[in-house]
Amino acid sequence: MPFNPCLATGYLRAAGSTLTMAAMLCVMTATAADGEYALTIQDHRFQPAELVVPSSKKIRLSVENRDATPEEFESHDLNREKIIAGKSIATIYVGPLPPGRYRYFGEYNEETAQGVIIAQ
Amino acid sequence: MFGSAVIVFREVIEAALIIGILAAATRSVPNRNRWLLAGVVTGLVGSALVAVSTDAISAMADGVGQEILNSAILGVAVLMLAWHNIWMASHGKALAISAKAVGAAIQEGQKERSILLVVVGLAVLREGSETVLFLYGILASEGTGASPVWLGGVVGILAGVGVGYALYAGLLRVPTRWFFAATGVLVLLLAAGMASQAAHFLIQADLLPSLTAPIWDTSAMLPEGSMAGMLLHSLAGYDPRPAGMQVIVYAVTLATIGLGMKLANSSRTQ
Repeated sequence: MPFNPCLATGYLRAAGSTLTMAAMLCVMTATAADGEYALTIQDHRFQPAELVVPSSKKIRLSVENRDATPEEFESHDLNREKIIAGKSIATIYVGPLPPGRYRYFGEYNEETAQGVIIAQ
Repeated sequence: MFGSAVIVFREVIEAALIIGILAAATRSVPNRNRWLLAGVVTGLVGSALVAVSTDAISAMADGVGQEILNSAILGVAVLMLAWHNIWMASHGKALAISAKAVGAAIQEGQKERSILLVVVGLAVLREGSETVLFLYGILASEGTGASPVWLGGVVGILAGVGVGYALYAGLLRVPTRWFFAATGVLVLLLAAGMASQAAHFLIQADLLPSLTAPIWDTSAMLPEGSMAGMLLHSLAGYDPRPAGMQVIVYAVTLATIGLGMKLANSSRTQ
């Protein structure tokens, strides 16, 4: 299902004077939904550990945490950080990326939860 | 234990520095400590609620509810800090210097108290919920090894609070004539940094265009994980790999609040 930022208006409205921003966001709806890629967390490991994505395109990463405990998806290379509750799926947008290798890890289990996204 | 201390420290230091600056900036507000404490307690209760409902929050808005919540929290904090700074520029100095204005100070002090309560509450809420989730995760997965984790968590909290307190104590030593300028600049940078972070969350949620990301990369020179990088991140919103949009939002926030302070200040002196 393509993401519709207009759904977000309710939350933004709660913040008070962000109405104009929310309205602006609805105009930009068309930019969403490019390539979708999936990662899975199981036993504090990412699968696949190496994910190949096209470069220069916006990517929608869908990360499923099959463990019972929460994990934080973190990547300095991608400048991304997001908590994924146990037994749930989270969405993270990255890119468009220049070709290269982008390391990421699970901050709560850094010894085992390591992975890399390869943009080519 | 060391790992959990570092992670908890990273979360706590951000809130602690914000509280340190605000505590110094509101030192002349009556009953300030009570309101600060109320902010911390409210934030802690809120962070437990957020931690418990992470699942539901994440699932909102097609998987980007967390980003929307975070950017809304940051947005409100930026507005409050802007209000504080502009108000301080127009009244604060006069009120603090003139003892005659006690009545007005108490009335105006109430506005400052609500700012203190809300900003401190939101800072604790944001960082606290991540700490709660992290500690819960470790406890749930390790089972028996719980006590070193708790010990690490406590060490991390104490170290973070210590840094925040050091900043507060240092600010109180600033001579009165520089004091308002110093706290004003710190709050201004804090607000700009938060606005940039809010933009970052909206980019991550694909609700704002990134306008080239990253626009520069200083991670080799000054990584965000380093002590200096961490301090600069908390105090001034340092991001080693910012998106173009973040830089614009940062500059616009800085310019807007700065201009507001200047206008408020000059209307007072005329």
